Amino acid sequence: MSSAISAMKILQPLNHPTTAARSPENSLFDPFKSNSSLLGSSCKLRFNSLKPFSSSHRRSSVVAVSNVVKETKLNSNSSMTNLITKEEGLELYEDMVLGRTFEDMCAQMYYRGKMFGFVHLYNGQEAVSTGFIKLLKKEDSVCSTYRDHVHALSKGVSARAVMSELFGKTTGCCRGQGGSMHMFSKEHNLLGGFAFIGEGIPVATGAAFTSKYRREVLKDADCDHVTLAFFGDGTCNNGQFYECLNMAALWKLPIVFVVENNLWAIGMSHLRATSDPEIWKKGPAFGMPGVHVDGMDVLKVREVAKEAIGRARRGEGPTLVECETYRFRGHSLADPDELRDPAEKSHYAARDPIMALKKYMTQNNLASEGELKAIEKKIDELIEEAVEFADASPLPSRSQLLQNVFADPKGFGIGPDGKYRCEDPKFTEGTAHV
Amino acid sequence: MAAIMQGIGAATNLSSSFSFDSKGFQLQSVKSLPERITSSLVVRSDGRVIPTSNLKARNVGGRLVTNAVAAKADGSTTSTASKPGHELLLFEALREGLEEEMDRDPRVCVVGEDVGHYGGSYKVTKDLAPKYGDLRVLDTPIAENSFTGMAVGAAMTGLRPIVEGMNMGFLLLAYNQISNNCGMLHYTSGGQFTIPVVIRGPGGVGRQLGAEHSQRLESYFQSIPGIQMVACSTPYNAKGLMKAAIRSENPVILFEHVLLYNLKERIPDEEYVLSLEEAEMVRPGEHITILTYSRMRYHVMQAAKTLVNKGYDPEVIDIRSLKPFDLHTIGNSVKKTHRVLIVEECMRTGGIGASLTAAINENFHDYLDAPVMCLSSQDVPTPYAGTLEEWTVVQPAQIVTAVEQLCQ
Repeated sequence: MSSAISAMKILQPLNHPTTAARSPENSLFDPFKSNSSLLGSSCKLRFNSLKPFSSSHRRSSVVAVSNVVKETKLNSNSSMTNLITKEEGLELYEDMVLGRTFEDMCAQMYYRGKMFGFVHLYNGQEAVSTGFIKLLKKEDSVCSTYRDHVHALSKGVSARAVMSELFGKTTGCCRGQGGSMHMFSKEHNLLGGFAFIGEGIPVATGAAFTSKYRREVLKDADCDHVTLAFFGDGTCNNGQFYECLNMAALWKLPIVFVVENNLWAIGMSHLRATSDPEIWKKGPAFGMPGVHVDGMDVLKVREVAKEAIGRARRGEGPTLVECETYRFRGHSLADPDELRDPAEKSHYAARDPIMALKKYMTQNNLASEGELKAIEKKIDELIEEAVEFADASPLPSRSQLLQNVFADPKGFGIGPDGKYRCEDPKFTEGTAHV
Repeated sequence: MAAIMQGIGAATNLSSSFSFDSKGFQLQSVKSLPERITSSLVVRSDGRVIPTSNLKARNVGGRLVTNAVAAKADGSTTSTASKPGHELLLFEALREGLEEEMDRDPRVCVVGEDVGHYGGSYKVTKDLAPKYGDLRVLDTPIAENSFTGMAVGAAMTGLRPIVEGMNMGFLLLAYNQISNNCGMLHYTSGGQFTIPVVIRGPGGVGRQLGAEHSQRLESYFQSIPGIQMVACSTPYNAKGLMKAAIRSENPVILFEHVLLYNLKERIPDEEYVLSLEEAEMVRPGEHITILTYSRMRYHVMQAAKTLVNKGYDPEVIDIRSLKPFDLHTIGNSVKKTHRVLIVEECMRTGGIGASLTAAINENFHDYLDAPVMCLSSQDVPTPYAGTLEEWTVVQPAQIVTAVEQLCQ
């Protein structure tokens, strides 16, 4: 999907009623033409189909951004408006650099034996997290998957807390009990961190339900909290996704379903797993708008996100946003990543969202190279400090073992002596056998 | 049913100290709930019931009058004119408990299939949707996994949902959410989020409902860390457990039984909440401890009638709390009788009885004079044919034989 055309695609569907058919001049592919040759083929075909547009790609996403700027200019009456202010630009840049630097440090720490298990890195997808989450209020909720470090950081969880959690220390955001795939923060309304794909979407739907319930049953008129559910292309073939699209549209829940389509579910190409690979189309089937956006361009993502989040806040219901993005690393740190075509990887590497924003900001005189370098340095120091903090933090003691299993520890029951098991001192020591 | 009679006896004593006229409530129909609620002021500060039966059982010293062995809980043996409390059916008791809690806390809501306009497949939520609205009594599409997950998400963000599985068996579809999210999120979030959901529904073997509608899910769920499981068996404990489950900060699975919904009993007018972790002494005795729950309680009490006639004195305990086990009540009983028979409707393999046998052997081995015997359902998909279905489930005759065998 070329960025130039997707630029137009963002604006169109949002202005039309949810079930409007897409106008022919905007449709990118004729599904019948492209799909018939897709059966059984690998991602190569998809990449090849992009080749005709590659020359416009080579002009890089800056072209796309400026297309959007042109569109915005046309739509707005002012003569020279940027999509973002300098402050906003710096905020976005800092957030993306934070995500990238953090993930790179994770890889280092993993290979040095500081963290274990399954670690899934977000490199390359920063535009989606930053583009969406930076528009949220603290009371809005985010629900993620196992690729959740950067969602946590964007939502406001400190790098120290996330790094400590990854090191399994007691100062981690989940006291070391969750790990890489289970980042939670009550303070920042990060509802997880889920290991099984799709299982976070109903939880997000529930948070949106609470928002509506608060407004309509508890009569909290100011409650307009929005929930964002992030998940991948693989999840879009899972039942829970469809069940939640249905319920969210049915009850007009304030939720945005954000698909991070990075084309790969471990080693399974999206095109080999999905009968109709255009995920945004599945929105209108359930009665909500479906939008496709270039997920490597933070400004485009942000424009779409504004509209989708605004819809939800106004009580107009859910939106399905498909972000075309790419992960620069393997599925996890254990993935040798041998299946993906190097040409595909370099194609997307050229569209690195951080480089793109940097170029945009410097070319539009929103910031100088020096200012951006200063941000990078600041983030480097922040991450170094986070690692030091995590290193110095204590490991969980034995007494933590039996805590937090139950919110009310009476749930462990009554022991033979008539006392509740949780009153047994061995319990607080963590040596009791439950 | 001795416990129930004793309970009412104690309630009579208690209610006389209150100023309201209990007789005035005799003639009110079950449906006129609000008046009864607002004038009842008995709320246990620790959330426990007037621990009449349990307390006496624990004290062990006092002998209880046991003339009501296996009396059917239909109140026919007592005159209704002077008895306090009101009579209702088990599903009405559940509804009463649910309604009281919904009145008390606006965050309590119900989520499930046909719970709203239809009033619930077993009428537990009848008339609640018109009263509380379609959002508080939410009719869901047929998507168990998702609406259970939705309830978890709602619970994490401040609500207190009750998920109704139209049949417990349908919750197999929600296993992902129940195990991973319901049970584990409190722990994996380091204690940040609580999940105060109640998951309830009818299970057990009914009358020729077929294999899939006759499942006993308590054995499948028992290994999930972080959840509590309780099974109700009488209108009295149904209401009390429902209220306790709703008030609990832990996720609780409340198992009801398809065949018990129409049991009638007289329950107190005053508000009461039972303990989720305690077992119920149904009939104190000396010779043998019979542990049971849900529908099998009635088979056991029927067998008890026969056993009493034959000269045995069985102690019957309804364990009520399937996870965790009330090892205190059970232990005290084992220490007294030295013989244990478990009667359950679960499958033989990996059932509640299997876990209970292990727990008793582990904790009370020295007190046993005979091996723990466990009567469970056959490891067979429940057949449709009535005769075959009868043979898969434990019948009173088998219980009598087992007791005779153990007491030799």
